[in-house]
Amino acid sequence: MRVVGIETEYGVTEPGNPAANPILLSSHLVQACRVWLGNSSTRWDYGGEDPLMDLRGMRRQRRYATADLLTDSPEYSDLNRGVTLRRRRGSWEDPAHLNAVLANGARFYVDHAHPEYSGPEVTSAHDAVVWDVAGDRIVLAAAAQMRAQGDDVALYKNNVDGKGASYGTHENYLVTRGVAFDDLARRLIPHLVSRQVVVGAGRVGIGTHGETPGFQISQRADYIETEVGLETTLRRPIVNTRDEPHADRRKWRRLHIITGDANSMEIPTYLKVGATSLVLSAVEADDDRLDVLALADPVAEVGAVSRDLTLRHRLRLASGEHATAVDIQRALLTIARDYASDAEDTRVLERWERVIDELGREPLAAHRDVEWVAKLRLFGRMRERYATVGTDGRSQVPTWDDDRLRAADLQWSELGSGLAARLSAAGAVERVVSDAQIEHAMTTPPSTTRAWLRGRMVSGRRDIVDAASWSTIVLDRDAEHGHLEVVALPDPHVNSHPLVDALLAQTGPARTHTRG
Amino acid sequence: MPQTTSSSSPFEEDAPEPDAPAAPTAQSSTDALDSLLDEIDDTIQTNASQFVRSFVQKGGQ
Repeated sequence: MRVVGIETEYGVTEPGNPAANPILLSSHLVQACRVWLGNSSTRWDYGGEDPLMDLRGMRRQRRYATADLLTDSPEYSDLNRGVTLRRRRGSWEDPAHLNAVLANGARFYVDHAHPEYSGPEVTSAHDAVVWDVAGDRIVLAAAAQMRAQGDDVALYKNNVDGKGASYGTHENYLVTRGVAFDDLARRLIPHLVSRQVVVGAGRVGIGTHGETPGFQISQRADYIETEVGLETTLRRPIVNTRDEPHADRRKWRRLHIITGDANSMEIPTYLKVGATSLVLSAVEADDDRLDVLALADPVAEVGAVSRDLTLRHRLRLASGEHATAVDIQRALLTIARDYASDAEDTRVLERWERVIDELGREPLAAHRDVEWVAKLRLFGRMRERYATVGTDGRSQVPTWDDDRLRAADLQWSELGSGLAARLSAAGAVERVVSDAQIEHAMTTPPSTTRAWLRGRMVSGRRDIVDAASWSTIVLDRDAEHGHLEVVALPDPHVNSHPLVDALLAQTGPARTHTRG
Repeated sequence: MPQTTSSSSPFEEDAPEPDAPAAPTAQSSTDALDSLLDEIDDTIQTNASQFVRSFVQKGGQ
């Protein structure tokens, strides 16, 4: 499968102190993570980011950018291939933007006012789940460390606070540069709109502030306002155009998908990544069977699909015909069959088909696989439990704006002891990875991508690693510490590099080289 | 318009029928739901409103 990665912004609170500053909480959490790791982490290298490059081929002028888009260092330095020298610019870190590049190749840092775990690059849906759940466990360990230091913290793997705020869980897919961006967006949108029924995490409340009582399929649906665009924090688009490939831009795009929900179950993450990657393969192959699925009004359909718990809503296609989200998913499954490239893809197709069959037969049948269904089923039981008898003698279940249901929706995704975690522990949901695999992935990078080099250098050669990013490893081997060596890794598929391999092969005490 | 209610669906918005049959599910899995709800019953009955009110996040990406 292609190279993919998942980023998760967690909800963060200090129990009992609603006035706690979330930036400070997040910063303390990253700091606690570093302590927990015993210093086997490194700083982020801001040398090569270009967040204003737009996938559509233009570049936004810096003065027109909102501050949150400016994630790069102003002293942008162009990297050549191979290893280059860079003058050291000091090692000062902004406490509000603390970073830790981890031994498993991930980045854990403060993004806006949330702690964010950006998983390492992986090449299968299975590995995407493994390193995503490993991130949850790392964040939990950091939280335990923080509590041991006397600071309480609670973390939530969700996307909404019910007060208007939303924060994201983003998928990144490496896509060949050869696909015209307009084709990419047009042909992918029907999948992103219809896949909600498979991967939605479920949400109590309708509207950006949850102002209308109800239950809907997706956490993110009410925050999607446009079809295509550069922003991720306002006017959120179905297809995001940020063109920051963290790789050789002549060959690749990094497609940044921001519509997905944070998932507390494994199957949704597995299918989110696995199915979307296969659909992207069809897009890359210029498969015009995708065109019949084009939607008449994609943005409106995001909300319509999310609010239809019966799965009978028929989306209007650009052709004038109609199809349900399940119909569209089944049509995509049929097309995707032609793009399976390995055994893992075949397992994704089998699982995807099973879930589509369940949803098509009777949505409740998918309660072990689909998160919104599992959540709705639990909350349905909760409503029965809290039903009261009205004056007419009839049983009355609580409405969806009942605080007990809203609280349960938040507690669903709490890391550690959340309702989803407890259902999983009770064996009530399907899993695709093992605890042993997750444990291993907390400290080991995936071996199939450049994360293999990054993670092992962080854990094995912390003595000479100064910083790292997706596409660089920065070494400090100069006795005077005046120059840094920047190892450029523009190909995400590469898990070998002559210098890095040699450094990793060295054993014994750390050595310092003097450059003449 | 999307259908948010349907008389034949178990996913009704406000399940008005007092004797609506419980969803057809395996008994063991049903027990898992009930024991989970037993566990959280006390806290959710007493702390739900305050918890919901105090859960405020800043917007992110």
